[in-house]
Amino acid sequence: MDVVRRNNVTVTGNPQGRTVVLAHGFGCDQNMWRLTVPALADDHRVVLFDYVGAGRSDASAFSEDRYASLDGYAQDVVEVCEALDLRDAVFVGHSVSAMIGVLAADRAPERIGALVMVAPSPRYIDDDGYRGGFGADDIEELLGSLESNYLGWSAAMAPVIMGNADRPELGDELRNSFCATDPDMARVFARTTFLSDSREDLKRVRVPTLVLDCTQDVIAPREVGAYVNRSIPGSTLVTLDATGHCPHLSAPEATNEALTEFLAGLK
Amino acid sequence: MMARAGQYSDPHDADDDKTAQAAFAALLEDSAEDLYESAPCGYLSTLMDGTIAKINSTLLGWLGLARSDVVGRLRFTDLLTVGGKLYHETHFAPLLRMQGQISGIALEIKQAGGGRMPVLVSSVVKHGTTGEPLLIRTTVFDARDRRAYEEELLRRQQSAEEARRQAEADRARLQDTFAVLQQSLLPDTLPELPGAEAAAHYHTASPDRLGGDFYDVFPLDGKRFGFFLGDVCGKGPQAAALTSLTRYTLRAAALHDPDPVSALTTLNKVLHERYSAGGDPRYCTAVFGTIDPDPDAGRLTVHLASGGHPPAVVLRADGTAAYLPTPGGLLVGVLPAAPFTDASTTLGPGDTLLLYTDGLTEARTGKDRTSLYGDEALLAFAATQAGRPPHAVIEALGGLLTGFGDGLDDDTALLAIGVPSSDDQTSEDRTSSTR
Repeated sequence: MDVVRRNNVTVTGNPQGRTVVLAHGFGCDQNMWRLTVPALADDHRVVLFDYVGAGRSDASAFSEDRYASLDGYAQDVVEVCEALDLRDAVFVGHSVSAMIGVLAADRAPERIGALVMVAPSPRYIDDDGYRGGFGADDIEELLGSLESNYLGWSAAMAPVIMGNADRPELGDELRNSFCATDPDMARVFARTTFLSDSREDLKRVRVPTLVLDCTQDVIAPREVGAYVNRSIPGSTLVTLDATGHCPHLSAPEATNEALTEFLAGLK
Repeated sequence: MMARAGQYSDPHDADDDKTAQAAFAALLEDSAEDLYESAPCGYLSTLMDGTIAKINSTLLGWLGLARSDVVGRLRFTDLLTVGGKLYHETHFAPLLRMQGQISGIALEIKQAGGGRMPVLVSSVVKHGTTGEPLLIRTTVFDARDRRAYEEELLRRQQSAEEARRQAEADRARLQDTFAVLQQSLLPDTLPELPGAEAAAHYHTASPDRLGGDFYDVFPLDGKRFGFFLGDVCGKGPQAAALTSLTRYTLRAAALHDPDPVSALTTLNKVLHERYSAGGDPRYCTAVFGTIDPDPDAGRLTVHLASGGHPPAVVLRADGTAAYLPTPGGLLVGVLPAAPFTDASTTLGPGDTLLLYTDGLTEARTGKDRTSLYGDEALLAFAATQAGRPPHAVIEALGGLLTGFGDGLDDDTALLAIGVPSSDDQTSEDRTSSTR
């Protein structure tokens, strides 16, 4: 199995620098990091990839069984690390990827030496004494939204989206393609993401960890960021003055500053 | 334009011109403000953080909110359902940031009365002179009818998908049923023959259809054994019913009177009565026989009769092969009384009797699959196997069948009975059946 092809792995930046893996969350693909990469590229080797079922990954590798739990996605991360033989890399995960990173670091401690969790949430659905912000009905509603929005995805467009990463002449046709996913695979990822409960996993984190949350984020509210910070021994919390769930797009300077400062402080 | 009765209507009529000009002027006087406020779609502008800075009356009407409750107080996502918020944060907002625009996204807005209104949303980012993003302009279209129609399509697609899955499951179940039924028409194992050996092979042409070939070997009276092999007309459930009747009739008839001609005569009567009377004549071809082993002498006597079935082949230890002719036997079940021809032979060590159905001899061969394998080719092939024990002959013929590929389009049954020569393994564990 060619993991590099399967997960559309891209390696850029400074080959001599410490490796930083940037992992996208539910919804889009590695393009989400377009404003982050330039800030890291001088001093770090930057690894980008798409989860199977997202972006330009190999859709034929998708398996509903494997990706019905976050472990399947964590296995993707471990396999990417193994394929590139990464040691002591810094894993930066957005949204659900932050939790996937926690699982991957637990499985392959020699490969992942530090975690950055961007807008993380260990559980989206409210529970006794815990407020995740959502009810189970809300998640069904999201699945409905996925069904009514194919975002440029259709059987006819799929091969264009999957196979032509670097053909600018297709730019217009490829509108929305950063977030275009086979609706069936998107549904699986959405379910896995929003029905997951990784609160217990946080306690097992043993690596230096930076938690980034935003002042206004409907998906991962501040109290959830604080919960993550409390649950991971020795972690650092930085709240970015940003609105929305994607500070790396809406407040790239602040995000990059927090990120580079954390990286500089690592051994 | 209006034409008043009793007057000539002229295209340059002064009154008509006036009416048109008045309408046009009214249109021109329609202020930009009114165009915005009363547009047939919702408009809103937000700051980059989503705070609503401007909103038109159409959208406020849909929302059932007052301007003062919205402007500067709510964000765009506050207008959406929770599922819509999630979608906005995971798809809409990042795409808008990356592309500067996004169009035709299906969302639902919450109405003050608790209702939800399906809408199609498009947004563009307005940039300042230095390229910095300033604000987001958004249009909101009423998509109630469209969404109802889309949901209808989606429902139909889902029910078509469900029907397809059901059909596939039904088909799989039917194939299982066929396989079980087919097996019930064939013996699980063949009995051990003292000092002799029997081997069989069955090829099913299609998993969807029940085959029409049959065979069996069974003990008769503690010393002798009966056997038969045949081919019923047709395929499918009707043929299976006919096969079942044929098989059990032959077994019962043989216990009553094992003489081959008598057994076939009984079968003929039963089939004729069962089918011809109902105006649905059905028939079969069959070879029925008895085996009388003489282990001490190392040989066995075969007595058989044929009803319209291709003749058996006898493979001899000396390397020759010949047909055992049974000419003139009629199809079984066609006429109320039918003549059947019998024949006998003795098999010594290294001799084998081979029975087969016409799937073998009528396999299509050659590049374009237009020639038939034929009786002569079979005899020649049999000669190459002469002297070998039954299981080896069946194995070689199985290989031959496989080699026909898609040229083998009919069911095929093979049955070999023989006395292994003393250099072959003894028959004890050699009685075999393959399917």
